[in-house]
Amino acid sequence: MTTQPVRFYQIGSFAVGNRLVDQADRTVQSRPDRSNSLDSGHRACQGCGEALGARYALDAAMRATNGQLIAVNATGCLEVFSTPYPETSWRVAWLHSLFGNAPAVATGVAAALKVKGMHDVRVVGQAGDGGTVDIGFGCLSGMFERNDDVLFICYDNEAYMNTGVQRSGATPAAARTATTEAIGPEPGNVFGQGKDLPRLAMAHGIAYVATATVADLHDLEAKVERAMEFHGARYLHILVPCPLGWGSAPSDTIRVARLAHQTGLFPVFEAEYGEVTAVSSIRHRMPVESYLSIQSRYAHLFGEGGRPDIVARIQAIADRNILRYGLLEMPPSDSDRMETSP
Amino acid sequence: MRRQIEGSRAVAETVALCRPEVVCAYPISPQTHIIEAIGAMVKSGRLSPCEFINVESEFAAMSVSIGASATGARAYTATASQGLLFMIEAVYNAAGLGLPIVMTLANRAIGAPINIWNDHSDAMAVRDAGWVQLFAETNQEAADLHIQAFRLAEELSLPVMVCMDGFILTHAVEGIDLPEQAAVDAFLPPYDPRQVLDPGDPVSIGAMVGPEAFEEVRYLSHLRQLDALERIPVLAAEFAESFGRSSGGLLHRYRTEDAETIVVALGSVLGTIKDAADALRATGERVGVVGITSFRPFPHDAVRDALSGARKVVVVEKAFSVGFGGVLSTDVAMATHDVDLSLCTVVAGLGGRAITQRSLESMLVDAAKERLERLTFLDLDHQIIERERARVAGSRRSGPTAENILRDLGTVASRIG
Repeated sequence: MTTQPVRFYQIGSFAVGNRLVDQADRTVQSRPDRSNSLDSGHRACQGCGEALGARYALDAAMRATNGQLIAVNATGCLEVFSTPYPETSWRVAWLHSLFGNAPAVATGVAAALKVKGMHDVRVVGQAGDGGTVDIGFGCLSGMFERNDDVLFICYDNEAYMNTGVQRSGATPAAARTATTEAIGPEPGNVFGQGKDLPRLAMAHGIAYVATATVADLHDLEAKVERAMEFHGARYLHILVPCPLGWGSAPSDTIRVARLAHQTGLFPVFEAEYGEVTAVSSIRHRMPVESYLSIQSRYAHLFGEGGRPDIVARIQAIADRNILRYGLLEMPPSDSDRMETSP
Repeated sequence: MRRQIEGSRAVAETVALCRPEVVCAYPISPQTHIIEAIGAMVKSGRLSPCEFINVESEFAAMSVSIGASATGARAYTATASQGLLFMIEAVYNAAGLGLPIVMTLANRAIGAPINIWNDHSDAMAVRDAGWVQLFAETNQEAADLHIQAFRLAEELSLPVMVCMDGFILTHAVEGIDLPEQAAVDAFLPPYDPRQVLDPGDPVSIGAMVGPEAFEEVRYLSHLRQLDALERIPVLAAEFAESFGRSSGGLLHRYRTEDAETIVVALGSVLGTIKDAADALRATGERVGVVGITSFRPFPHDAVRDALSGARKVVVVEKAFSVGFGGVLSTDVAMATHDVDLSLCTVVAGLGGRAITQRSLESMLVDAAKERLERLTFLDLDHQIIERERARVAGSRRSGPTAENILRDLGTVASRIG
């Protein structure tokens, strides 16, 4: 195996680089035999969180299944940037049918594999947040309810990015999109009730539900591997920042994703059979301003004419998540320390 | 083996003989008896190996079929009416991907107003989707067409829809010859997919295609349908040889040789039309009938050949294009554009209204006397129409049309003839 000089560097979460951990514990992505399921040469934007998330998730799934994997993809950025004819970046058996039917198509693949006795081949369905929480939700809920043998992955970038950043059911409150402009007395997206897909998945009582972000790719890989240990319906919800739609710097994708976790706005947890079994605790709690202020979709909340009242409402959402999931309960030391910068 | 059996049951038994590996079911009248029967066969182990999946919508039914077919399984589903429209995006997708799914369409009207009875509006709504559409005249033919449908679909890698009239066929009990398993196995080899999701040889299916190739992909779909046009009669002949009876083909002719007037139609109404033609012949009118089995691909040449000796053609349709007129008529007119004949469209049987022999005979007498208009709605109640039009003219808030008419009619649900 080729060796690289060890460089010790620190990142915001105080984690250490992958190269310092034992060989066996290193990421799938660092292995020379990784499958490169989503290969280079695709057309995603610079700093695309979805491309990063998909690559890690599918390579981990490929490793967990010894390469015996079929992927079903909904319409969306991931499908479009990876496959303009006649090029394809997929090095995994891959099927795209429609926007709203990926969970059902995945069910069909799983049924065909079962009837043919191909029990070693597994199925991953994948979609963006629109294909999951909105147009694909009926099929997804049906797949969960029947407990079909599919791992469904949502790459959540919180809006319809492929069509030009329009609001989805996963768009957070106050965020500017092309259909929720930052104008009027309630600029940006409404404060609705939200559509918390991981909790909806848990309500189906399926074997495994987890959330992850592209800020902790080791955690993401571990969750994919864990998901593949179960049979039946499983759900993984990955927060994938979109520099284009969020108005964040392409170089800040990981930072933004980390702040989503550290503020409590995006709880990272695992659940089995409807019960939360583990949470990724916040070691350095950050105020929501640190997350919001580096994304231009929230620019109307800051500066002259800013809306501290709206920021306070968003902070209340984060606070509620922290309480609900006990995100500050571990580790015992420096657990409730606020910092002003990442 | 000949059995006294409901049409739906006969289709279910025949589909089971075709050894489908994945069957998706979402209930909608009048398709329900088909999927119930297949579900019971899978549950009891009589049909095995087969996965029977109760999905949450017709959109999912076709989508699960797409996934299963792309993974190399023989996939089947059935629907009707609103169900077909709910899955229409996936119906187009299955054809675009070239997946040999077979679907029974228990033809039913489309709302609003909601109506569960038979007409052909549903099939016409997906006329351009890229599916082969075969229309059964009888329950025997409905059953037999499924065997040919799987063979045709898998040979050419394109989806096939077998259309059978809702209730009129699906719920009619009559004597049907159900073939032996060995004969079906001999006619229908195991599914050997042209494209398949295989981790050992991974391919991408369903990629983005831009202007540089989209038209070519579409044209190839058209060519596959033209191939089907050649294969359908060949398969029908082979079927006749194997099973000892004639079913399928591009079209059926009845007393057309010397016919001056030929009636063209799809589906079960052909039986009544033949009776009407016989009655007219008894009075000296030379009337023949052409039943089109293969609506898509449309057999232009065969239709032209069948009609070229006639002076008048009457197309009886259980559907129409609102604001235009006949759908099938347009195709027939196109096929006979260089033949000197007059063509009339008779829209009949919408929403399950009975098409009686008496009305057909009266219409054919009108045709013989040159009194038939280019577009006629058979047995249309003009009193009802005028009353509602007067209501609309008399008041801005005249209310919902269908409900107004029902109020006018009172309790007459049994009077559908």
